[in-house]
Amino acid sequence: MSVLALVMPQRGVRPRLLLAVLAGVLASGTAVGLLATSAWLITKASAEPPVLTLLVAIVAVRAFGVGRGVFRYVERLAGHDAAYRVLGDTRARITERLEPLAPAGLASTRSGDLLARLVLDIDAVLDLWLRVLLPVLVAAVTGAATVGLLVLLLPVAGAAVAVAVVVACTVVPWLTAASARRAERMMAGARGDVAAAATENLQTAADVLAFDAVDDVLATFEAADRRLAAAQRQSAWSAGLGGALLVICVGAACIAGLVLGTGESGPVYAVLVLTPLALADVLGGIPVAAQLAIRVRGSLQRVEDLLSTPVPVAEPENALPLPEGSALQIHGLRVGYGPDDVLRGLDLDLPAGSRVVITGPSGSGKSTLAAVLLRFLEPRAGEVLLDGTDVRRLDGDQVRSRIGLLTQESYVFDTSIRENLLLAKPGASDLQLWNALYRARLGDFVHGLPRGLDTMVGEHGARLSGGERQRLAFARLLLADHDVLVLDEPTEHLDEETAQNLLSDLFRAAGHRTVVLLTHRPELAPDPTRPIIDLA
Amino acid sequence: MKPLDPRLLRRAEAARWFLAGSVAIGVATGALVIVQAVLLARGISDVVLRGAGVGTIAWLLAAVVAARAALAWLQEVVAQRAAAAVKSTLRRQVLEHSLKLGPAWLSSERSSQLTTLLTKGLDDLDPYFARYLPQLVLAATVPAGVVGWMATGDLIAAATVVVTLPLIPLFMALVGWATQAYSRRRQRALAVLAHHFSDVVSGLATLKLFGRAKGQAESVRRVTEEHRVASMASLRLAFLSSFVLELLASISVALVAVGVGLRLVEGRMGLETALLVLILAPEAYLPLRQVGAQFHASADGVAASEEVFRVLETPLPAQGERTDVPDLRSTGLHLHDVTVRYPDREQAALDGFDLDVWPGEVVALTGPSGAGKSTVLAVILGFVVPESGVVVAGGSAADEFDAGLWRRQFGWVPQRPGLRVGSIAENVRLGRPDATDQEVRKALDTAGAAELELETPVGEQGQLLSGGQRRRVALARALVTDAPVLLLDEPTAGLDPVAEAAVVAGLRATGKTVLLVAHRPALMDAADRVVSVSRKLVTV
Repeated sequence: MSVLALVMPQRGVRPRLLLAVLAGVLASGTAVGLLATSAWLITKASAEPPVLTLLVAIVAVRAFGVGRGVFRYVERLAGHDAAYRVLGDTRARITERLEPLAPAGLASTRSGDLLARLVLDIDAVLDLWLRVLLPVLVAAVTGAATVGLLVLLLPVAGAAVAVAVVVACTVVPWLTAASARRAERMMAGARGDVAAAATENLQTAADVLAFDAVDDVLATFEAADRRLAAAQRQSAWSAGLGGALLVICVGAACIAGLVLGTGESGPVYAVLVLTPLALADVLGGIPVAAQLAIRVRGSLQRVEDLLSTPVPVAEPENALPLPEGSALQIHGLRVGYGPDDVLRGLDLDLPAGSRVVITGPSGSGKSTLAAVLLRFLEPRAGEVLLDGTDVRRLDGDQVRSRIGLLTQESYVFDTSIRENLLLAKPGASDLQLWNALYRARLGDFVHGLPRGLDTMVGEHGARLSGGERQRLAFARLLLADHDVLVLDEPTEHLDEETAQNLLSDLFRAAGHRTVVLLTHRPELAPDPTRPIIDLA
Repeated sequence: MKPLDPRLLRRAEAARWFLAGSVAIGVATGALVIVQAVLLARGISDVVLRGAGVGTIAWLLAAVVAARAALAWLQEVVAQRAAAAVKSTLRRQVLEHSLKLGPAWLSSERSSQLTTLLTKGLDDLDPYFARYLPQLVLAATVPAGVVGWMATGDLIAAATVVVTLPLIPLFMALVGWATQAYSRRRQRALAVLAHHFSDVVSGLATLKLFGRAKGQAESVRRVTEEHRVASMASLRLAFLSSFVLELLASISVALVAVGVGLRLVEGRMGLETALLVLILAPEAYLPLRQVGAQFHASADGVAASEEVFRVLETPLPAQGERTDVPDLRSTGLHLHDVTVRYPDREQAALDGFDLDVWPGEVVALTGPSGAGKSTVLAVILGFVVPESGVVVAGGSAADEFDAGLWRRQFGWVPQRPGLRVGSIAENVRLGRPDATDQEVRKALDTAGAAELELETPVGEQGQLLSGGQRRRVALARALVTDAPVLLLDEPTAGLDPVAEAAVVAGLRATGKTVLLVAHRPALMDAADRVVSVSRKLVTV
């Protein structure tokens, strides 16, 4: 299923979109009607006929005058309502598609930036409907209706206007888009350099300041910045071509009416000449829509690329029931991402309640092993047995109800401490929550907070320190009642002392559970006599 | 929201040129609009009243159209070039200013926001310059000319426009004012809801770990639906202001048309004048309506520039200007009763801390995690301004001296050194670009990094090196400078005891003063003196 299917409206939304287009056409149509009727009225009036003959036109002019505001209001409300509905469906469908991919399939987007990018990319659905598709549809339909009106009056003049409308709806957006793409191509490299230089300077700000090297490092940034500015200056020359062509289209339509309509009666002639002027307003949004369309297409392309990632783990058709025991056996396990295997034939026996430290430098496959144990990654060869049953024949969620994971950067949700904990065990009593917090040695801290369990932790847990965040994640893990805990570098971002304390608390609180500690610093683990397996 | 931020003109010269150019283009466009209207009115009335030909007028019109198209193109070119220049100026100013604001201000969250601002964020100024500002200029120039010209033909029509035109911004402001409190409340609710989806997506792996991922699509749908309902409630009000705009503009044109028509019937006006008024009336409202339509372009651009000015207007920490920094080879460094409190933290990070470091001494700072050991180093470097207390050297307070010169007295190795893309040698040379290869080599050897080659690239954020190697490079970087004092934050973390002993011996051999943060007994033993850092409130 391509991404286009994801951003298309569901059946229930289509009438609302239709209403938005209809209201938009009526709003633009009244603008055209206002000018056409006024032109007719004035030219007719100049022959000084009895006022009665003008009454219909006068009423029409006034009606058109009131109509536009009302219709535009309806268009915008209906359009936004529909676009938000489409956005809700799209988000839900994409969440469904992302679920089987997470986390191994999203590995390339592991950094928070890229996920934030994904969220913004999906929001492009709003732009797609509100600022690209609706305005273009409305412009095309209103343009066609105007052409129809003029053809009735004088076919040849109508044909001239038709040419103008078609050019405005095809060549103008193409030209605008082509120029925008060209600019993007010219600037992409320099923009990347500027972003990289800025990131580096900001990340190393303390070092740069401490060594009084601000001016030196700014020089490299300014070089990249100059290249970017030069690229944009160069690309500027083609930027306005679409807009200019639009002015020519409308002007040409006007002149065509002026030249071709001379044989018609006065009022009709005025209508033929002046009506195209109203098109300037109707078609004016097209270049902007075309520019946005480029950006929206880029966004949707990125979403599509992400969604087309192969699903990393196939769920079994008929899952076996989860076995009773929780002993783990690993035989000849081979796993990898690229052509080379990261784990090359690992054997490991983990009886229930055992404790093991697995070490090795980064890249030796510690996190890969964790991913396989949690059914986030498919082994290439060998097997992982849970109480004698191959985990590939079990439902992934079931396996994860038995095996839990604590990583170096635990995710906490932007909600209260209570909600973050309840995630692991919905319906848990406060007593159970406090019990878990105290066992993770976070109880006193939470107790000392003015709002206790209802304290909001902030975006990505920003209001907690690194150690507090890890302890909260650990309390959450304890609540979930797993039999096996996989701890993947749980203390990586903490200072040495906090790391040691946290690790000994983790081992103590784990109680009867099996504990697999993956770390590149086994010396921090309590009781270094336990078996240490070196993956290198 | 200000339509045009004067700070933008002040900060970026290109913006001033652009505004001047846009006004020129705007005036020319306004003139052409009038000429086009005059020609059309003349053409139609010639044909209708006199049956004359339209040849000349058609050609003149073609010329006017061509000129308008050229101006439209020129406006865009000028806008793009101005945007490029303004963005470039602002980028440099923001980066330099945020670097100077220092690490205390520049949290990791803030640096990623700033990177976004410097690239994507500032690009929002493109449409602001290309579409919004020119329309704003047109809105200020075209209506005046058009109404003036209308007045020469028909005073009543001109008066209709003059009366209604100011009503538009007035009513829009009234609507905006009436709905402001309401929409602010809404905005807050909306922000919470808008964040939900990104939280779910970012935390998908965690949700999966706890078997909660499958139900999320439904919750996303539900929350987005709540978001929509709340949005629509506020949009119904927000769109009222554009409703007023469209309604007034379009009713006024209708009024003008009918009024002119009736005066024509009574024979009080000629056809040509009437047509001229009819063509010009919508043109008077058009720029104002376009400004409204470009609201999005403006809102994003204004938000980006406001973000920029928020950074630029953050005052730099007070800086001394004295250049006669005392030589710490011969004079001691003293901290007197230093108290540091970080924002949002109730407890002081350092509370009445005293420290004397004499030339040539090796002093170890110890204490529990979070006691403020690293803060002591940050205070000495001037990255953190203490709430009270003072850093003294040679009888003067440290903040009297130029910060750059002051910092040249110190070689600092932070807990997580920031390495820059380039070779190991380039990184070691950060504080002394003219160090020879031999000096760099020697510094690396002393730092316990004899195995590292000078030309080895370190990768982005030093990723090609291990954590321990990064520290070694940072230590070499500090050693290679002439700085008499080394400030080392856990310099031997991740080293085995043998290597650690070698590094400590090497440090001693340099004869430099050393202030180091230490956890391990080996390192404390190597120090001349151990100073314990602890919060006064905490009983150990």
